[in-house]
Amino acid sequence: MRNIYMTDELEEIRHQVETFVEREVVPNGDQWEEDGLIPRELLEKMGSLGMFSLRVPEARGGLGMGEIASVVFAEALATSTFAGFEITALVHTDLAMPHLLRSGTPEQHDRVLPAVMLGETIMALAITEPDAGSDVAGIRTSAVKDGDGYRLNGSKLYITNGVYGDLVVVAARTDPSERYGLSMFLVESDREGFAVSKKLDKHGWRSSDTAELTFTDCWIPQENLLGTEHRGFYEIMKNFQNERLILGAMAVGAAQKGIELALQWTQQRAAFGGTLYDKQTIRHRLAMHQAHVDAGRAALYHAAWLAENGVDATKEVSAMKAFTGEMVNDVLYDCLQFHGGMGYMRESPIERMVRDARILSIGGGATEVMLEEVAKRSML
Amino acid sequence: MKIAVCVKQIPDPATPYQLDPTTHWVIRPPDQVMDDTDRYGVEVALQLKEASEGEVVLVSMGPAGNMQGIRQALAMGADKAVIIDDAELKGSGALSTAKVLAAAIKREGADLVIAGTESSDGYTGVVPQQISELLDVPALTFARKFEKTETGIRIERQTQSGYDVVECGLPALISVTAGVVEPRYPTFKGIMQAKQKPVDQLTVSDLGLDGDSVGGSGSGQDITEVSPVPSRQAGQVIEDDGEGHLRIVELLEQAKVV
Repeated sequence: MRNIYMTDELEEIRHQVETFVEREVVPNGDQWEEDGLIPRELLEKMGSLGMFSLRVPEARGGLGMGEIASVVFAEALATSTFAGFEITALVHTDLAMPHLLRSGTPEQHDRVLPAVMLGETIMALAITEPDAGSDVAGIRTSAVKDGDGYRLNGSKLYITNGVYGDLVVVAARTDPSERYGLSMFLVESDREGFAVSKKLDKHGWRSSDTAELTFTDCWIPQENLLGTEHRGFYEIMKNFQNERLILGAMAVGAAQKGIELALQWTQQRAAFGGTLYDKQTIRHRLAMHQAHVDAGRAALYHAAWLAENGVDATKEVSAMKAFTGEMVNDVLYDCLQFHGGMGYMRESPIERMVRDARILSIGGGATEVMLEEVAKRSML
Repeated sequence: MKIAVCVKQIPDPATPYQLDPTTHWVIRPPDQVMDDTDRYGVEVALQLKEASEGEVVLVSMGPAGNMQGIRQALAMGADKAVIIDDAELKGSGALSTAKVLAAAIKREGADLVIAGTESSDGYTGVVPQQISELLDVPALTFARKFEKTETGIRIERQTQSGYDVVECGLPALISVTAGVVEPRYPTFKGIMQAKQKPVDQLTVSDLGLDGDSVGGSGSGQDITEVSPVPSRQAGQVIEDDGEGHLRIVELLEQAKVV
């Protein structure tokens, strides 16, 4: 048993995800990195196995599990070393889908949830804009009431699954007089006025598609309003905790995998009459990194447990996100270093992992923003 | 049709395991996984069940531990499991194992028994045939393809030079090779349901067997010595100075392969 938060079922889910990843993802990931795309057949396979239904209530055909299950899932996906693949699945399950699950009406659930669970409909979440990132209240995209619906105008930036996704949860301003006057909408990607204005070229996560989206007089029917009008800001804030747990799990998983690769390499790489691992400086640095990974994992599962039990864990989640986002970059830096010249080659997984990890201290709340959340809650 | 599938829990091959220095038996950790070769047998059983009504019962012998391996097979879709876990079974060889499994299968009353060709830890490769002998049913071994017929089962039996088509009526036993089918992944729902499925845990006396006829005393064998596989010798490098191919042909002739 990995820790006190695990159950036999979660342990088995972890095992199955790792097995799936080893067989279905690892042999193909390099091609997907080149294509900038995760094949839909793979996502549908994951959907058919129930991998997208962990958080869906049992009454809706899901497993009705909580934050700990999401963390287990994300950490297990991270054994793939292809974080672009991981984030494609996780944006669907843990960034976009929670809005649908929490705020969606029974009619909306009936209409879209079955295909979403099966991976036939892939979801994206569009909050960030050119002038609004972590400062969500700066959103300018507007949705103006127009007949039996809304007229959407504006643009969104850095939208994961934005190029090939089918259903986007969009945050837009519905009350211009109120700083937090936002609403959430379900926007189908084939709707008139919806356009992928740019497929973005990234430093890492290259198998994941990232878009700039524009909405030009895009009409959204009333039944696509997600949750209560003008209350979208609070919905976004609520799911930030889940998103940050997921990114923390990706960080812990990637750091652990990086250490595993570095151990394999250093124990077989001959140098100066022994292996690299025979050098105390390398052994000890890897051991200290393992200690940091263990500390990050403990913070991660504890924060997930708090969230799952309905405790406001903003401070713990923010601290964990800040810590793991920096930790994974420190750990993987050394793991690449210990691979020597091979670590600098595009063919080595560790080279890709270092590029992929860079976003983990930026996305979903940059370290500086996270530390501010902690600092605000630490004042006497 | 009631189908019994022989499955074995083995130490995770990814984790090194220890041998007892005196008995040379594997020290079995509580966390054991389903033998990978058994996934094929379970898949064949599930496909046959899906094609016609039926029940799939897993039959396993060995320390139950936390039953992780059994639950993995139940998560794939098997209906129930019978596991025979008894201290008297320590040190069982192939024949002891076959006696116990055959008795458990008889108790269940299966129409068809499915087994992998050999386990990944013991590799004796004789247990399926011994079970068929003890149950007095035909054994269709090394199946690389299978189909249900009106009255029984037909397989393509893998041979060194090709395959034989073999068929028989039921009850029968088939042993399946890896590659006969593509084993399914358990669904997450299957994983959650696996713990609720019935598992009968039996002892040697529950099966009406005499303790002396099974286990170490009944296996008719002693492991006297275990030695590691010698590491492979480095190959011979032939530098190609334009005549390298001639040297290679010469070596192949010496090895009598051309």
